[in-house]
Amino acid sequence: MSSTPTLPRDMRNTVLPGHAACHGCPIPMGLKVVGAVFGDKVILVVPACCTSVVLGMHPGTAFNGSVIHVAFASAAAVASGISAGLFKRGVRGVQVVAWAGDGGTADIGMASLSGAAERNDDFIYVMYDNEAYMNTGIQRSSATPAGAWTTTTPLGKKESKKDVTKILIAHGVPYVATASIAYPHDFYNKLKKAAGIRGFKFIYLHAPCPVGWRFDPSLTVKVAKLAVETGMIILYEYYDGKIHISGPSRPLLDKSRRRPLIEYLKFQGRFHGISEGELRNLESYVDSSWEWVKKFMQ
Amino acid sequence: MSNLTKKAKSLHKIPIARPSIGVAGRTGTWRWMKPVVDLSKCTKCYQCEIYCPDNSISVEALKGAVVNYEYCKGCGVCAEVCPAKAISMVEEEQHGP
Repeated sequence: MSSTPTLPRDMRNTVLPGHAACHGCPIPMGLKVVGAVFGDKVILVVPACCTSVVLGMHPGTAFNGSVIHVAFASAAAVASGISAGLFKRGVRGVQVVAWAGDGGTADIGMASLSGAAERNDDFIYVMYDNEAYMNTGIQRSSATPAGAWTTTTPLGKKESKKDVTKILIAHGVPYVATASIAYPHDFYNKLKKAAGIRGFKFIYLHAPCPVGWRFDPSLTVKVAKLAVETGMIILYEYYDGKIHISGPSRPLLDKSRRRPLIEYLKFQGRFHGISEGELRNLESYVDSSWEWVKKFMQ
Repeated sequence: MSNLTKKAKSLHKIPIARPSIGVAGRTGTWRWMKPVVDLSKCTKCYQCEIYCPDNSISVEALKGAVVNYEYCKGCGVCAEVCPAKAISMVEEEQHGP
């Protein structure tokens, strides 16, 4: 066996050990992939979200690259400004990545995100979706799925999840993709592809949170895999006006090959009180999102 | 450099954070379960290193997976993703620093 590592060198050096994430946190897993693609040639724009906690406090930062912490609603606006500034100064080969949670994207940052998408500013927006406001104490966000317990929906959320990828596809941006932390190679390829396209790129990253979803920290990857295998999260890319299904989700176009949804839900304490009717609702939500994807595949 | 920017620089030193290891202290003290690698079973597939959230397990090409116990939080993701079941979680004898 050769002594050269089979991993990109920067994957090991980007997220430094000793950061402030909880046990089994999916965010550093995602950031490692960002590091594997861009190395330290990246400017990370982080609004108020779990990542601003994970990266630590003032004298140090756990991300071996440039990070700018900004106000909650302004991630996309600041990233637009930075990418325009870099372009004007003639700096090439540095990628601007806005890295925001679901609250900073689907709820609070929606206006600036929509503005940046409409202007087609040149940067990558990554929304990592842990499906609630986790670091402030697990409050519901609009990306929380129906039936899930949070501290502000103690009986389970009644409304269904807001699908931000659909909203971004409607903006007509050049590249929209969904990824999952359980498939880092898939996420790597999508980031690489996005880096080669000029204009606004949006990547949705599914990131199960052990604390907020009430499962054991060791199961983070397993739960993320099950989300894809049950069809709850569909991995696809959208470019040239068409949806292209990614490898892990391709066999699941056939409904009989999807695992039953209950296998995904049973690991999570937040779905313990789910009723039979709510389960049916979730199943029909999954079916309808697959139907929607199939419509855009032609 | 104009006088104005010189003055501004001397007045306001911008506190920039630098990348450093251990921003949250020695996170190894958070651990109550400890991953132990059975190197005879390790196939050097790099799965543990790819998924480790703390970046504190690394696969050495000749030896196998090595855990950095100073910063490992003991979440158990490596033991869960290991296809060869070479990593087992053992309870710590001593808790805290």
